[in-house]
Amino acid sequence: MPSALPLADPAPLNGLLPSSVADDAATRNFGVYVHVPFCRVRCGYCDFNTYTSEELRGSKRSDYAGQAMEEIALAATVLSAAGLPQRAASTIFFGGGTPTLLPSGDLAAMLAAIIDTFGLQPGAEITTEANPDSVDLEYLSTLKDAGFTRVSFGMQSAVPEVLATLERTHDPARIPLVVQWARQVGLDVSLDLIYGTPGETLEDWRRSLEHAIAQQPDHLSAYALIVEDGTKLARQIRRGEVAQPDDDLQADMYELADQLLAQAGFEWYEVSNWAHRGGHGVPALAHTLDRRSRHNLAYWQGHDWWGIGPGAHSHIGGVRWWNVKHPAAYADRIRAGHSPAAGRETLNGETRRVERVLLLTRIRDGLTIAELAPSGRTAVAGLIADELVDARAALRGSIELTLRGRLLADAVVRRLLE
Amino acid sequence: MSPRALKALEPASTDPAFIRNFCIIAHIDHGKSTLADRMLQITGVVSDRDMRAQYLDRMDIERERGITIKSQAVRMPWELDGQTYALNMIDTPGHVDFTYEVSRSLAACEGAILLVDAAQGIEAQTLANLYLALDNDLTIIPVLNKIDLPAADPEKYTKEIVGLIGCKPEDILQVSGKTGVGVPELLDRATQLIPAPVGDPDAAARAMIFDSVYDAYRGVITYVRMIDGHLKPREKIMMMSTKSAHEVLEIGVSSPEPTQTKGLGVGEVGYLITGVKDVRLSKVGDTVTSFMKPATVALAGYTEPKPMVFSGLYPIDGSDYPVLREALDKLKLSDAALVYEPETSVALGFGFRCGFLGLLHLEIVTERLEREFGLDLIATAPSVIYEVKTDDKKTTIVTNPSEFPGGKIASVREPIVKASILTPKDYVGTVMELCQGRRGTMQGMEYVGEDRVELHYTMPLGEIVFDFFDHLKSRTAGYASLDYEPIGDQEADLVKVDILLQGEAVDAFSAIVHRDKAYAYGVLMTERLKKLIPRQQFEVPIQAAIGARIIARESISAMRKDVLAKCYGGDITRKRKLLEKQKEGKKRMKMVGRVEVPQEAFIAALSGDTETKKEKN
Repeated sequence: MPSALPLADPAPLNGLLPSSVADDAATRNFGVYVHVPFCRVRCGYCDFNTYTSEELRGSKRSDYAGQAMEEIALAATVLSAAGLPQRAASTIFFGGGTPTLLPSGDLAAMLAAIIDTFGLQPGAEITTEANPDSVDLEYLSTLKDAGFTRVSFGMQSAVPEVLATLERTHDPARIPLVVQWARQVGLDVSLDLIYGTPGETLEDWRRSLEHAIAQQPDHLSAYALIVEDGTKLARQIRRGEVAQPDDDLQADMYELADQLLAQAGFEWYEVSNWAHRGGHGVPALAHTLDRRSRHNLAYWQGHDWWGIGPGAHSHIGGVRWWNVKHPAAYADRIRAGHSPAAGRETLNGETRRVERVLLLTRIRDGLTIAELAPSGRTAVAGLIADELVDARAALRGSIELTLRGRLLADAVVRRLLE
Repeated sequence: MSPRALKALEPASTDPAFIRNFCIIAHIDHGKSTLADRMLQITGVVSDRDMRAQYLDRMDIERERGITIKSQAVRMPWELDGQTYALNMIDTPGHVDFTYEVSRSLAACEGAILLVDAAQGIEAQTLANLYLALDNDLTIIPVLNKIDLPAADPEKYTKEIVGLIGCKPEDILQVSGKTGVGVPELLDRATQLIPAPVGDPDAAARAMIFDSVYDAYRGVITYVRMIDGHLKPREKIMMMSTKSAHEVLEIGVSSPEPTQTKGLGVGEVGYLITGVKDVRLSKVGDTVTSFMKPATVALAGYTEPKPMVFSGLYPIDGSDYPVLREALDKLKLSDAALVYEPETSVALGFGFRCGFLGLLHLEIVTERLEREFGLDLIATAPSVIYEVKTDDKKTTIVTNPSEFPGGKIASVREPIVKASILTPKDYVGTVMELCQGRRGTMQGMEYVGEDRVELHYTMPLGEIVFDFFDHLKSRTAGYASLDYEPIGDQEADLVKVDILLQGEAVDAFSAIVHRDKAYAYGVLMTERLKKLIPRQQFEVPIQAAIGARIIARESISAMRKDVLAKCYGGDITRKRKLLEKQKEGKKRMKMVGRVEVPQEAFIAALSGDTETKKEKN
């Protein structure tokens, strides 16, 4: 999540939600996100809400699981006070930061608290992000035993020079090892890649893709590097020490990714995410044949989720809110028995409509033409003519971005909302 | 040192024998205003307590830039050898654009103080005004100022002045306007040497207007020098050029605050208020006479102000257009030389085509509009007046490239000026190169003092208004100075270059240039626009063309990536805000055909070369 929080309304200290959040609750899945805001070192490109030991200002990693569990209890109270029916979690996701910087027991304890509090849907997806550096077979085995079904490794690149520019500390040779361990204990595997790092060539990127594909993951995310204000990388670029990422090269890289991944049996389902169709030869290890990240999809599809932890974002029935960012401030709120929410936003009909277009356009077969405003429907013909939207899908009544359209998705959204 | 005069002479009944009218000829920064301030203090018309720096410069812009745009006259008492005198100091504007106003100020005087910075020497503009004063037979009192400065070199510049006006070195006074050293001696010298005004007290009244200023509370204040006869309060007067008649509501002298008098007599300098609200009814150079007993012959030298430089002024925020219209209507009241008419541009929207005396005038007007009316403006590249004949014998007057006729052109005439450039001798080669590059023809050069040279050129005005001054300054380390005056027109091989975006001409970038420079202009603008216009979803060719012939081409390749990679841990709010920002940005886009161009790109492209245009003489 970003370092800057949006400007909006203040959130009440008791965290209570309006009863409107209960409307149509049965049509929405419920998920839980747990933010673990710790990293051993901060990477130069990263502006996520994460802290090294020196930056923690007195709050302690070892206290974190306990605080998170208090927020889980608060969540149950708030949801039931708002009149929401008890909904078992469909997806649970631990992200960061580096969740695996915590002892596996801490992750297991937090997960147990979530399951005890909300219950679990059959076939629920339970993921944690992991740094290839900070897990071993035993750690992964503990996660599996605790109920995790999926692990997403921050691989980023297979090229040491690229990893060095990103200031990632892990050894690329460790990737096959951790993937094999994860499979061995029975976890689905996703790999995260970053492309367009300054200095990275198209050939470097091809190497990373091929290396990632060779691990036969179930799922793969490929994110273009964004230079965020306030990061070390932004300063290096401003001083001219590092080249600015080139949009055209990033476009070439995206196209290469789509091509190589398609050849290897992956299908895109969101602009930056691909899932394997199955058939690695080890299908028995997958929990379902659908390898898409259902938790990721929930963000785009407007389902409900509660975000636990410093800086975490939540969405319940048309109310979005976000927690205070610093772990010390978060700890203070929790200790005082208050909600850690810093600000919230209640969506009105228009913002909901805008958000649906904005979010669903990015996923395959996500948005139907029928739900567009008349002006948006008029824009579809032009988008097809400009080869941004797939004509056959449009005949079926849904918006599906072409390869070119995925690269220009924000422009497509603007035109649909004109 | 003379004592302050104990009792000033009564205006309206002052014997011309005891009147001295003079002005100060000086370059900006050479300390004219500071010297004037010191005179006000020493003669006692402004108490030390009321003194503020540069008392006479009223407008904020003037005070900040240290230049005088509008002149005023101050009457100061001075005693010499037991006789009290009335000294009228007429402050003159000091810039090339206001030559006509300077000439009228000079015509109101019998003497001129030539004020030269003892550390910098004489500048081109000062030289031009000095020649003008000599032409008017004014008595010149040479003065070296700022002798208190460590860098002062009075000996060197004494020689320079001696060489210029043929005086003796000991005739040159040394003063410091800052400390007041030498100022009383200067007033004594002015009283001794400047001739008394001469006129016929019994003739029909004739007064020359040398300035008129609009005051929001009092209407137009007209500054005059009485030549013949007498004017008094409540009298009905007439402007001889327009035959318009007005009643004198108030008559008086500035000392320096306006002071009502019983009238003004021969040789006196003062002001009139008639209640008119528009300076166009009170034109500089015009003759004021009595309505009941009018003079038959007007004073010589009156000319209508003639705009030489034209530019489109557009509000950056289109909704400010009515504010701009109102602001121009108001400014017009105090600026007789400003002309304007509505204009529309595809790129810039609604604005006004404005005519100015010159570049400084343009800049002053723009700055006053921005400062006094809170407007943000963009000015199109300055243009001059062209006379275009087509093959069908039709003649078109073109002040805006968009008016340039299509079809076969028989001839184009452009205004030319006589330019004088004063430069240290080390830069003569550089300056000559610059002038030749601007189609200048050298008319001669001469040494001024030991190490400076005055170069004379005839040059198209169109070349001067297009960043010539900036180049002159930057190539001579700021030392060269420029003066020019219009001397007529000439035929030239001029063409209109259009800039096309995806085949559509962008009016704001069309320019009339010499055929030899058309290519350079085309390349400059196409390259500049390529950098400024964001990529679109399709390729955008940018072309420069003369008629249908393309002379330069660039293209902006299609944008291939416009998508944010991820939504950060569910922070949808941020993503939506970003979309709203993008949509907001799109509202500020102007459409040229299918191409979305941000307003800022137009502005940056237009201001490109003129970014350094901050300091101006």
